[in-house]
Amino acid sequence: MKSLTHLLNKDVRLKEGLNACMNCGICTAICPAAEYFEYDPRTIVNAVQSHNEEMIQKLIESDTIWMCGQCMSCKTRCPRNNCPGLIINILRKISQETGAFIKSRLGRQQFLLVKTIGANILKYGYCVNPHSVIPSGHPEQGPVWEWIYENKEKVYERVGANLDKEGAGAMRKIDQEDLNDLDYIFTESGGKLLFQTIEKYSMKKAFELGFTDSKGNPDMERYIDYLQNEDDEE
Amino acid sequence: MKNDHTSKVIAEDNYYFLRSCIRQNFFPGAEKVFLDILRNKLGKTVIDDPHHTTCTGIGYHSDIVPFDTYQTTVARQFALMTELGVKNAAVSCITSYGGYNEVLETWEHFPEQETQTREFLKKATGRVFDIPENISHACDIIYKYRNEIAQLAKYKLVNKHTGTPLKVVDHIGCHYAKIFPDKGVGGAEKSTVLTAMVKAWGGESVDYPERRHCCGFGFRHYLIKNNRSYSISNSKKKFESMEPYKPDFIVTNCPGCNMFLDRWQYALAQIEGKTYSGDKNGIPVLSYEELAGLVLGYNPWDMGFQMHQVNIEPLLDKIGVVYNPDEKYLDIKGNPIGEPLFSGCLNE
Repeated sequence: MKSLTHLLNKDVRLKEGLNACMNCGICTAICPAAEYFEYDPRTIVNAVQSHNEEMIQKLIESDTIWMCGQCMSCKTRCPRNNCPGLIINILRKISQETGAFIKSRLGRQQFLLVKTIGANILKYGYCVNPHSVIPSGHPEQGPVWEWIYENKEKVYERVGANLDKEGAGAMRKIDQEDLNDLDYIFTESGGKLLFQTIEKYSMKKAFELGFTDSKGNPDMERYIDYLQNEDDEE
Repeated sequence: MKNDHTSKVIAEDNYYFLRSCIRQNFFPGAEKVFLDILRNKLGKTVIDDPHHTTCTGIGYHSDIVPFDTYQTTVARQFALMTELGVKNAAVSCITSYGGYNEVLETWEHFPEQETQTREFLKKATGRVFDIPENISHACDIIYKYRNEIAQLAKYKLVNKHTGTPLKVVDHIGCHYAKIFPDKGVGGAEKSTVLTAMVKAWGGESVDYPERRHCCGFGFRHYLIKNNRSYSISNSKKKFESMEPYKPDFIVTNCPGCNMFLDRWQYALAQIEGKTYSGDKNGIPVLSYEELAGLVLGYNPWDMGFQMHQVNIEPLLDKIGVVYNPDEKYLDIKGNPIGEPLFSGCLNE
């Protein structure tokens, strides 16, 4: 089995994101996630830089790597031009590829993202679509969004959008040929494989947790409901 | 053709418009007015090609889209530009803008990544591409032509009752310049892309301590319902920081930030029973395209101001914009659509 350091080094983004970290900690000082969570990008970078296999294994199985908000404020401030946020991307990639992500609450949520953002990309050609921003799941969107959602066709038409229609414009229906292009790109470049990998390990976890149907197969609807309501035990 | 405040080059004309997942969903009128200003006020050519798609950036930064797939999807956008002979990208989304720059930087340092991407794209779609000559964010283009817009403006960012410039706080989307400071007008620390617009159009830009802080999108933090406390906490920090300066409005250059700063004001007011403006409405939040449209005298309802939770009318009234409030909730034929339960932040 290849070492985790070997897997990390295979990603060119590690060379872009890590150049002789001196552990000054300015990334942690500027990091919004460090302000909100028990989270310290400096120690993560140090673990990766020092090839600490045990620590890297712990990280990819932990909630920690999923706390970064990807604002990349760390990149601007680092005196060595390192990018801890980019190193996080690589750790998350390895966590998903090895199945380690199902060992943490925040990691398990990746399945929800495949089923929402991933599905939107391949169905609508965009990551977000008004049909999928359902007000009951988005109380923070407020009463104006609820009004928009309930009157989508008329509101979008009023402001010059082209909702669900052919041709150019905002929220247009993406041609099937263009959606096919996206689908083929995902197949060719590993996007579909990652979706399938996340799904495979998520099914394993659902099974472990006892979410099975009458035939003994993983019941992913119940698993999704579990993920959506899984609390932080700490 | 270098611009003030920056070493960055912003193309002068002939753009390929790349839409934003979030902007076109929540504030589609902003993208429409951007195209209209370029075409009908500034006389520029801009292609609105129906065949482009998401760059998948939200999926990439949520880590469900691999970097190889991200690069190949970006390459497809470049291929569409190549097929139409357009060399200048006008990017609506800040995440996409940072992503395109990340891809190009990667290809510069690791040419084998570009080669592999070309192979993926060719095999998947049969397409080939040239690297665009210029990639600008849409706000860069409005910034570049801010003085021309000022010449055409019907209104100034001045309080018509007092004659004083309106106080404006800005928020710059993180991926505009934090990853590659040289790609943003004024860099990452002291961005001038929005402040220069505000100044050119008669307003007063107000710096505030947390101006550079993230709005809190956090990708997976907002996208997953039970993670959203991270997102709202970041926005709260910003509102607390700008509150003492009593801004007349917030202007942003990022589709996501624009939506969050609008919606989280409502959510915070519902939680805390107070607003950061001192009234029940909240601080109006505008994008730079909407702001340009406002000073140019576009109809607020054509631009989609009715899609904001925080009402823009108090700002329109301060400036003296002529508009018909009775048209706010009418459809394109002038028939009533119904109304939201309430708009603004507090209804009691």
